[in-house]
Amino acid sequence: MSLLTVSGSPHVYSKESVSKIMYGVIISLIPAMLISFYFFSLAAILLTLTAVVSCMAFEFLIQKYLIKGPVTVFDGSAIITGILLAFNVPSSLPLWMMVIGSAVAIGMGKMTFGGLGKNPFNPALVGRVFLLISFPVEMTTWPKPTEFSTQLTDVVTGPTPLAVMKEGIAAGRDASEVMAEIPSYVQMLYGNMGGSIGEISAIALLIGGIYMLARKIITWHIPVSYIGSVVIFSGILWLINPEIYVDPLFHLITGGMMLGALYMATDMVTSPMSAKGMIVFGIGCGVLTMVIRLFGAYPEGVSFAILIMNAFVPLINTYIKPKRFGEEVKDV
Amino acid sequence: MKTFKIGGVHPPENKLSKDAAIEVLDIPKTVYIPLSQHLGVPAVPVVKKGDTVKTGQLIAKGEAFISANIHSSVSGKVAKIDDVIDTSGYRKTCIIVETEGDEWEPDIDRSPDLKEDCSLTPEEIIKKVQEKGIVGLGGATFPSHVKLMVPKGKKADILIINGVECEPCLTADHRLMLEKAKEMLVGISIQMKALGVEKAIIGIENNKPDAIKHISELASGYKGISVESLKVKYPQGGEKQLIKALINREVPSGKLPIEVGAVVHNVGTSLAVYEAVQKNKPLIERVVTVSGSKIDKPSNFLVRIGTPVSALLEASGGIPENTGKVVNGGPMMGKALNNLDAPVAKGTSGILLFPEREVPRKPMLNCIRCAKCISVCCMGLEPYLLAILADKERFEECENEKIMDCIECGSCLYICPSGRPLLDNIRVGKNKVGQLMRSRASN
Ligand code: SF4
Ligand code: SF4
Repeated sequence: MSLLTVSGSPHVYSKESVSKIMYGVIISLIPAMLISFYFFSLAAILLTLTAVVSCMAFEFLIQKYLIKGPVTVFDGSAIITGILLAFNVPSSLPLWMMVIGSAVAIGMGKMTFGGLGKNPFNPALVGRVFLLISFPVEMTTWPKPTEFSTQLTDVVTGPTPLAVMKEGIAAGRDASEVMAEIPSYVQMLYGNMGGSIGEISAIALLIGGIYMLARKIITWHIPVSYIGSVVIFSGILWLINPEIYVDPLFHLITGGMMLGALYMATDMVTSPMSAKGMIVFGIGCGVLTMVIRLFGAYPEGVSFAILIMNAFVPLINTYIKPKRFGEEVKDV
Repeated sequence: MKTFKIGGVHPPENKLSKDAAIEVLDIPKTVYIPLSQHLGVPAVPVVKKGDTVKTGQLIAKGEAFISANIHSSVSGKVAKIDDVIDTSGYRKTCIIVETEGDEWEPDIDRSPDLKEDCSLTPEEIIKKVQEKGIVGLGGATFPSHVKLMVPKGKKADILIINGVECEPCLTADHRLMLEKAKEMLVGISIQMKALGVEKAIIGIENNKPDAIKHISELASGYKGISVESLKVKYPQGGEKQLIKALINREVPSGKLPIEVGAVVHNVGTSLAVYEAVQKNKPLIERVVTVSGSKIDKPSNFLVRIGTPVSALLEASGGIPENTGKVVNGGPMMGKALNNLDAPVAKGTSGILLFPEREVPRKPMLNCIRCAKCISVCCMGLEPYLLAILADKERFEECENEKIMDCIECGSCLYICPSGRPLLDNIRVGKNKVGQLMRSRASN
């Protein structure tokens, strides 16, 4: 008989693995991806492909030639970063900008900190914010969705519903009046509105979110507390003055809200560890998103809100602990 | 259905031997009886080389309060008292007896008749349990007489009987519940009398419906004893988890179950108590599960203490080719053996064989902060953090993060998708923090 292995217990291991989790996330992104391909045609396909390929390429190059460590490009995490980054840009973004965004997301957002698991900020958001600051015009020109066609030119551009609303109200118009200029809720729910390619369809994103919940890739804490606090925050203001504040549903289905609450905020690496911590984090994201949307300079606040809360994660982890077994009874 | 609240996992059950009736294993030619088969101080030999001993004769005495008597499991001649590598993997002193026949101490009642009535006082019961060397048979091997004595100032109001057998693969308790239920129930009544409690609950996981049904039927004839079926979840057999699941009381951090009025004993221990008190029989044999995916005949053997593990493996069809690991106990908390001649001890509940390809752990990657280890920790700890702190030798922080509450259930390492050696690091940390706490106490 061969030599016996002596190792510490346990002696059986679950089937969980990093790549299983990551590919689970990728599968859950498929509905939203299909919707983006439907509404933004070839442009969305090219952008997504470019982002994924360049994220993987940059990760490979950095791991192989700079860090000279193990190469883990196929664990799926770089693919996720690529897809999410593509989801966060308008369909008219030039491809070369996408490549730069990918380099920043992987290089600055992930590898400088030591790779997967060590980065404090969501890499895709780091890439997005970098693009937004560097190329403000290209990043805020929103082609209107045109149902599937292979045409690349002659797209009609226009502002996102959030921007229309923000400007309209700033100009002193009534919220319900502005409402008439933007697509109906049903239209918006399945994604027929201006916006980044992956954020437009709340329904597709929700389907993906439910899939991740069922596979226990994410827990309910962050999405529910995030969405819940947005509903409460915007609901209170709407009840106080419906003339200048829109109803909560509008905030839920427009902009990056769903994408943020289901995918960006729930990124396991950059969110808190304990259930209680996740709830605090979700509420923080929700409140900050609304503050930026309603009172800030940008129409959209999801990315900044999540990045700011990412910075608070170490603090949350230090002070908010899971409920320990047998802790209520104080020692005498 | 009841279960505990925080954490837990559900590893594949693999109870391959659940239908294998208990078989009596042949008495080996030589037994190696360790002096330390229980938690606490090793027993002190009262025989010497060349003495003849009978089956059931006292051969080593537990002199300290937390210690246990040890009896010869065979009749024959003491060959020597020597160090042997036991199931702990270390050299431990054993009394080695060469078997001759099987002559039992005359005061042991070996008839199969059920003896229900017990006229002994609680003190006499406890004395008997101590005399006969009974220890917890669930794995922790804590001397049972100590657990039956309620400390001054505390009060027990309920006895909890652990028939959970939450470890995958193991079936020894399951078989005992099916084959020895009446004796077990008498044993439970005796334990209740010793503790002065009116109520006992037997907790059994619902993957053993036959045992639940059988014991429930019989238990109706005993006052105060009830059966509760529990949802399958590991580690429900942990004392604190079982108490929480059955009576929803939470034992405070660092305290014993008696703090909430509960005492927990294993079903096997109740049977041993019956045999000790009613039949005068010391703890000289126990049921051991032998199992593994490649084994010919997964079995449950009634084995004399001190029998080499190799004898059990032979009886279940030999060691399959490509066996990579042999574990004493369950797959979640058992200990890998480095020596197949190690003797079966009072705490040996199972011998499991793992083929080579099941041995390697997952490849180790960066922690992806998925928080799965936290969500499965039954003590509400943060295994990822404890492992980092222990690895960086920040032991005081380990203590503040309640590392000593860890029951080493292994769920964190089991679940981790990144193959982090969580429990390995935590064990080191517990060890160091334990030392720190002891040195503080002695100052
Ligand atoms: S389960 Fe493993 S990867 Fe997940 S947080 Fe714990 S240690 Fe990290
Ligand atoms: S081994 Fe310890 S830290 Fe890990 S899950 Fe079990 S109790 Fe928690």
